[in-house]
Amino acid sequence: MPRDKERPGFVLMVATLVCVVCALLVSSAVVLLRPVQDRNALLARQRSILEVAGLYQAGQPVDAQFARIEAHLVDLATGAYVEGGDALRFDIARTARDPKASDPVTADADIARIHRRPRQMPVFLVRGDAGLETVILPMHGYGLWSTMYAYVALDGRGERVKGVTFYSHAETPGLGAEIENPRWRASWEGKRLADEDGRVRFDIAKGQPPADAAEFHVDAISGATLTANGVENMVHYWLGEQGYGPLLARLRDGGV
Amino acid sequence: MTTETRKVLLEPLIVNNPIIVQILGICSALAITSKLAPAVIMSIALTAVTACSNAAISAIRHYIPNNIRIIVQMTIIASLVIVVDQVLRAFAPEISKQLSVFVGLIITNCIVLGRAEGFAMKNPVWPSFVDGLGQGLGYSLILIALGATRELTGFGSLWGHAILPLVSDGGWYRPNSLMTLAPSAFFLVAGIIWAVRTWKRDQQEQADYRIQVVHRTETQ
Repeated sequence: MPRDKERPGFVLMVATLVCVVCALLVSSAVVLLRPVQDRNALLARQRSILEVAGLYQAGQPVDAQFARIEAHLVDLATGAYVEGGDALRFDIARTARDPKASDPVTADADIARIHRRPRQMPVFLVRGDAGLETVILPMHGYGLWSTMYAYVALDGRGERVKGVTFYSHAETPGLGAEIENPRWRASWEGKRLADEDGRVRFDIAKGQPPADAAEFHVDAISGATLTANGVENMVHYWLGEQGYGPLLARLRDGGV
Repeated sequence: MTTETRKVLLEPLIVNNPIIVQILGICSALAITSKLAPAVIMSIALTAVTACSNAAISAIRHYIPNNIRIIVQMTIIASLVIVVDQVLRAFAPEISKQLSVFVGLIITNCIVLGRAEGFAMKNPVWPSFVDGLGQGLGYSLILIALGATRELTGFGSLWGHAILPLVSDGGWYRPNSLMTLAPSAFFLVAGIIWAVRTWKRDQQEQADYRIQVVHRTETQ
């Protein structure tokens, strides 16, 4: 035991030693575990994309299943593919904060309340014997408390919904967080997005819609009106001209 | 294991439980017990941190200058929490996402610092480790009880497996959504405290003062 452990020199020495040892411990944990964490994040993303496309088979290795999915970065303004980007590892939230890779969204156009829009977004395609089968579009928008991040799968012509999944959000458990509920998500399947004139009519609301609107209508979740409004606005924004509009136009012309 | 160590290990389970007797760690007990799985992972994380921080602090207790003892304790606790958080992110990414900020908040969990300051600074390494383990298990006991009750009544499932068929899936059980919200854990903790204090009457505290009728203003 030291004779006088309150001496300033001794205090400084203990403080330094504790800091050095703790810093070593923390940094080696971070460095050693980083590859495992990155791999997990990537697998989780691949799994969400496979699930929303209706292709995921539990128990099979995820990366082998993902091999049939085609990933592209899309320039939102033109709808054209960008060569040489890694769409799978594209970080939407970080890009939206980067002033060099995103643009501010004007208040009247910002129905999804995202403030900044990345210039490029990743899209994922599934091709089958009959051509393009599924288009998976990442979307995000503000709900009640949080930005909700989703993948929306459309059919090859971009007309009907094939699936939806929310992979990151912080809505109220039991109410807004029911956007994760598989039964509710299943109610999106087969819904039409836009009418013949190209007007987006997809809506999420309570109660019976008029007969001519039924194929655009998803029943809202009880007790989660604001979250549901956020989801509806998100879909409208990303299907619009600021979002995937140019890409969807190319899709209808069969150019993708 | 001597009787003394056994006492240190087992006493925090009921008699000196950190949540229901010391009323510490309530914040996380409310926040992450809406389902069983995160509650169990949080319990393991906190038990590991409390046991290891107690052991580490006890090992260097003769060298920690009095002036900076809390800072040294916090540094050790914070480092262990970061390590636990990183391990969870690597090996239980789904659950780590659900626990979100609450793993980091183990640093401010009063149980950990309370045991470091109250026990580890005065006791040898092995009893300190066992004390941390015991306090962690006491916390875990309550957390797991809350997590199981809330998941069963709020979602009709346990560990994600459906137990009670929900009305929305064509069954008979209508889930109680109050149980999915944090206040329900508060009512459950209060219920447990009530039950334990009825069973162990020595835990009941004397009221600090009583409201007495001094004079009446209303007329007869």
